[in-house]
Amino acid sequence: MIIPSNLKYTKSHEWVRLEDDGTVTIGITQHAQELLGDMVFVETPDAGRKLKQGEECAVVESVKAAADVYAPIAGEVTAVNPDLESAPEKINQDAYAAWLFKLRPVNTADLNNLLDAAGYQKILESEED
Amino acid sequence: MLIFEHARPGRRNYSQSPAAAAKIDDIPQNLLRKVPLLLPEVSEMDAVRHYTRLSQKNFSIDTQFYPLGSCTMKYNPRACNSLAMLPQFLARHPRAPESTGQGFLACMYELQEILKDVTGMAGVSLTPMAGAQGELIGIAMIRAYHESRGDSARTEIIVPDAAHGTNPATAVMCGYKVVEIATDKEGDVDMDALKAAVGPQTAGLMLTNPSTLGVFEKNVAEMSKIVHQAGGLLYYDGANLNAILGKVKPGDMGFDVIHINLHKTFSTPHGGGGPGSAPVGVAERLLPFMPVPVVASENGVYRWLTEKEIPQSIGRLSAHMGNAGVLLRAYVYVRLLGAEGMHRVADFAALNANYLMAELSKAGFEIAYPTRRASHEFIVTLKDLKEKTGVTAMNVAKRLLDKGYHAPTTYFPLLVPECLLIEPAETESKETLDAFVVSMKEILEEAHTQPEMVKGAPYNTPVRKLDDVKAARELDLAWKQT
Repeated sequence: MIIPSNLKYTKSHEWVRLEDDGTVTIGITQHAQELLGDMVFVETPDAGRKLKQGEECAVVESVKAAADVYAPIAGEVTAVNPDLESAPEKINQDAYAAWLFKLRPVNTADLNNLLDAAGYQKILESEED
Repeated sequence: MLIFEHARPGRRNYSQSPAAAAKIDDIPQNLLRKVPLLLPEVSEMDAVRHYTRLSQKNFSIDTQFYPLGSCTMKYNPRACNSLAMLPQFLARHPRAPESTGQGFLACMYELQEILKDVTGMAGVSLTPMAGAQGELIGIAMIRAYHESRGDSARTEIIVPDAAHGTNPATAVMCGYKVVEIATDKEGDVDMDALKAAVGPQTAGLMLTNPSTLGVFEKNVAEMSKIVHQAGGLLYYDGANLNAILGKVKPGDMGFDVIHINLHKTFSTPHGGGGPGSAPVGVAERLLPFMPVPVVASENGVYRWLTEKEIPQSIGRLSAHMGNAGVLLRAYVYVRLLGAEGMHRVADFAALNANYLMAELSKAGFEIAYPTRRASHEFIVTLKDLKEKTGVTAMNVAKRLLDKGYHAPTTYFPLLVPECLLIEPAETESKETLDAFVVSMKEILEEAHTQPEMVKGAPYNTPVRKLDDVKAARELDLAWKQT
């Protein structure tokens, strides 16, 4: 399982990357896309929307199921990935390249509450049981 | 092939009969169509053959075992059809005066009474025309109840994560925020999560019992207490009522509102999109909000109760009496069963499910909740099989089609990986269940010896494996004239 060490993670299988401009980029993990299977539809939040931590803000739908994506930290949506509407399969091809949306965090320090790669690995192992 | 593709210009019903031109000279020219109506130009025989062929391609309860979990695909007794299709019922006009429809009204009244009795509710309205509509109306009544008391601070509906997707969708449609609570390792609702979720903001809890995991919520009495103490109401999703029919009443478990799927538990036709029918039952405090019309009986005379008699009613769900023909079928079914028969429905549904679960476990299948007795359905997880062989639940489901069985429900509930949700229903014989186990065992062996073959299934069906990803990404639903 690929779990890049430069990213932060959530228990609900989102990945988060802090960018140089202070925004964070958010997507779903390789594990999440494997579980869901072939993506057929992605719904992203509108730019400008203010999200609370843990708020449902996007939907990824595969041939098997639809899953909600939650905001890993509080912030305002600054951009959404325009490619996913016509090509949701990009998430299957490379889950860490096919980002869903970007946030400007209310408080960048909130990132410290998220899991690191090792912590996320542990979550996956505990789910195996 | 679509019927339009069988069409040839000018082909008509009877080729040998000289066509008599319809006389339309009394219709003003400006109201006549300039372009003929787009209908397939086929002969009667073409049409009969086309639809007969389509019906032969179908998997149905009339031809095959159909263990589709949570859907309760049970046999529809023909007596229900023939009685509901008596010409006196078929020819009845929905707006005919009550005095000329006393027979029909009597059937509806008695069905209301029987459903009240078997669910333990204070009132029943028969009008919702699908499970989802019954749900919507159930939660709308909860909302109407809180609002009538000026209790507008209740903004949340609690839904367990094992619930049918329609539950959270219903809550959202009614303007509520959904709070999802987890399931514990035994398959019951996590009581700590429930306690943490309830509060003055709780409008209600939606619960399916037995749950979609095929187990009876052991703590339902305590759950009811917790939600009621917080001022919320309890909604019962009747999807799995078959398992407890005549045994336990949702009213006794503390539920305030319930919907009943007649197309599941009460054996009306199910599939092809319906028509469904989902009467709602309510506890005393929700009686003023019931959807209309409801049938009343006064001194042996039956009449409709409408907004006039139930002024706080949340309203009408259809122009008349919901799916009247379906309600008649259900009425015949409950009269055929009687109270004793209802017990036997639950007995045999539970027996068949537990027998099948035990036999599949012996055959090497992993049961998702092995410590629990199945209610009327159970879950097999193929997580290990997928890891060892690459064969998925979807592959096994497709291979079952080759063996002549409709596939069980796959990938639901979402919290069990690679799952098959299997519900045999009470109408199947032991021989059918045994034959199904043999086929499942064969597929398990094939998965280990020829996994690639299983992944390519089905082979014996009119169409082979479909590209479901392409179908979902590039929807192509409507035929267009070229």
